[in-house]
Amino acid sequence: MPLLEIKNLHARVGDREILKGIDLSVNAGEVHAIMGPNGSGKSTLAQVLSGRELYVVTEGQVLYEGQDLLGLSPEDRARAGIFLAFQYPVEIPGVSNMYFLKAALNTIRKNRGEEELDAMDFLNLIREKMKLMEMDQTLLNRPVNTGFSGGEKKRNEIFQMAVLEPRLAILDETDSGLDIDALRTVAGGVNALRSPQRSMIVVTHYQRLLNYIVPDFVHVLSQGRIVKSGGKELALQLEESGYAGLGIEDEDEVAAV
Amino acid sequence: MTGVSQEIGEWLIDFTAQEPAEPWLQEIRDAAFQRFSELGFPTTRNEEWRFTNVAPIARTNFRNVLSAPSEIPEAARRHLAKHAPADHPFVALNTAFLNSVTVHIIPAGAVVEQPIEIRFHIDEQAGPPAVHPRVLVLAGANAQCTIVESYTGAGRYLTNAVTEIVAGENAVVDHYKIQRESLEAFHISTLAAQLGRGANFVTHNIALGGALVRNDVNVVLSEGTEATVNGLYIVNGAQHVDNHTSIDHAKPHGTSHELYKGILDGRAHAVFNGRIIVRKDAQKTDSKQTNKNLVLSDDAVIDTKPELQIHADDVRCTHGATIGQLDAESLFYLRSRGIGKNEARSLLTYAFAQDIVDRIKVAHLRDSLEKHLFEKFHEHAHE
Repeated sequence: MPLLEIKNLHARVGDREILKGIDLSVNAGEVHAIMGPNGSGKSTLAQVLSGRELYVVTEGQVLYEGQDLLGLSPEDRARAGIFLAFQYPVEIPGVSNMYFLKAALNTIRKNRGEEELDAMDFLNLIREKMKLMEMDQTLLNRPVNTGFSGGEKKRNEIFQMAVLEPRLAILDETDSGLDIDALRTVAGGVNALRSPQRSMIVVTHYQRLLNYIVPDFVHVLSQGRIVKSGGKELALQLEESGYAGLGIEDEDEVAAV
Repeated sequence: MTGVSQEIGEWLIDFTAQEPAEPWLQEIRDAAFQRFSELGFPTTRNEEWRFTNVAPIARTNFRNVLSAPSEIPEAARRHLAKHAPADHPFVALNTAFLNSVTVHIIPAGAVVEQPIEIRFHIDEQAGPPAVHPRVLVLAGANAQCTIVESYTGAGRYLTNAVTEIVAGENAVVDHYKIQRESLEAFHISTLAAQLGRGANFVTHNIALGGALVRNDVNVVLSEGTEATVNGLYIVNGAQHVDNHTSIDHAKPHGTSHELYKGILDGRAHAVFNGRIIVRKDAQKTDSKQTNKNLVLSDDAVIDTKPELQIHADDVRCTHGATIGQLDAESLFYLRSRGIGKNEARSLLTYAFAQDIVDRIKVAHLRDSLEKHLFEKFHEHAHE
């Protein structure tokens, strides 16, 4: 049984249909890259999978561990092991990173039937994970993402992923806005989390990230449908000939919604 | 007309039944009651009271509870009833029933490390009772002190409080008023602060309880004075809270920062009216006013109004008001990490008040307020 199975998924925002029949199957341990021009629906797919209420699913089905996913609230999806690394992590003044992450981890642990961590064990865990992401520990005492640079925000996303240990991680344009050093760190963090039990969906516009996070499969999205699937070499082919090489026009107009 | 004289009549009986005071005080009382009988209780036709209907107070036959007269030092006499606005009907009423005054005199240059705690508590009793707490703080030049006023009680009653604070040159006064009255109580309060040259004054007005609440905060600055006027109001159910502030820049080079934040739920109604006056003389004034409101329900109402009266030309005055709901993006972000919807809402609500709470320097006050907020919004989360 695949970990995630998407069947004929249609979704819209307002009266604009963005996803027009997505089929995708992700097995445990696999890394799938979703590529496509702006406005092709990649980010929408990531948001729909994590339960964003802005998007309305009009047709199709998503099974996670064999169970219906679309009926679950965002928090229940997270507790079931789904993690979205945001393209634009939200700044939340007044909520400390530390408090937030501890509350999140303990909720998820409780759901997994594990004991909640006390302050000491929690601190030891995050120290270890921070080292992995080369993060400054002072960031933890600050409010969530508040005053973080773009790179710090993206690192913080992967750091949270390392702490929460999801079964399915969805990375939404995690490479956008990163310089090459930050990209290497972030990709290094992601690679350290690859395991036979953990699957990943890596959404990206550019092939660059896939030099560092090498996918098992690459899918090209255009106008809300997967128009081509292949192995990691498909990404390289896109790098050479661009989306135009596949006969895909830029879909910026849709992105402007 | 009969309505008004009836309203006043009940108070007149209690007023005349008071033990006569020393002549100087009796004179003040008489003038105040005279003023009150001319003014009567304000109606919503009065612009200052447009959003706050005190008819439930006017209609109630209160029993005025008078504390034993206190010894009022000579130095205090020069200031008593000189700073609070005499034409405010409730100030006039308070002054008419002046008996005991909580007086704190901080001599010039003295530094009082421990917060001065002033507590007013009303136990449940028949009546319903009306009390008129009166505080006078005189901080001499270069003196330093922290004042904490707290108001609590049980049952139905009226608290009608007046506090006058006079800060001398370069004095540093940190003032807190924390109001946790019973949810059936009426609470009317006026703070008048007269600040000397170079003085630094901070006041925090925390309003949590009461059925009908009106706070007036009047601050007058002198040359180079710095004033911080902050407030936090948290209302639910049918609570009504009205904050009227007035920051008067009378002299040049004054600085004022004002931040009032409100959290409204249920059918609560909040009012914020922030008046900033910059007198002709008060060049180089720097004044900033902010009022932010978080509205958690569809039925809560906020009326917010800045009122700038600027008569000088070389000044910087900014003001802004916001009314918003919990941020949907933040809510989704928290939920996407496994935090439940209700807990996420309570966390964000708590976070909204956090910057006011963080500025409270008295540790026990900050802790108890944090606890109150946490419990309040946790309760809310589990509804």
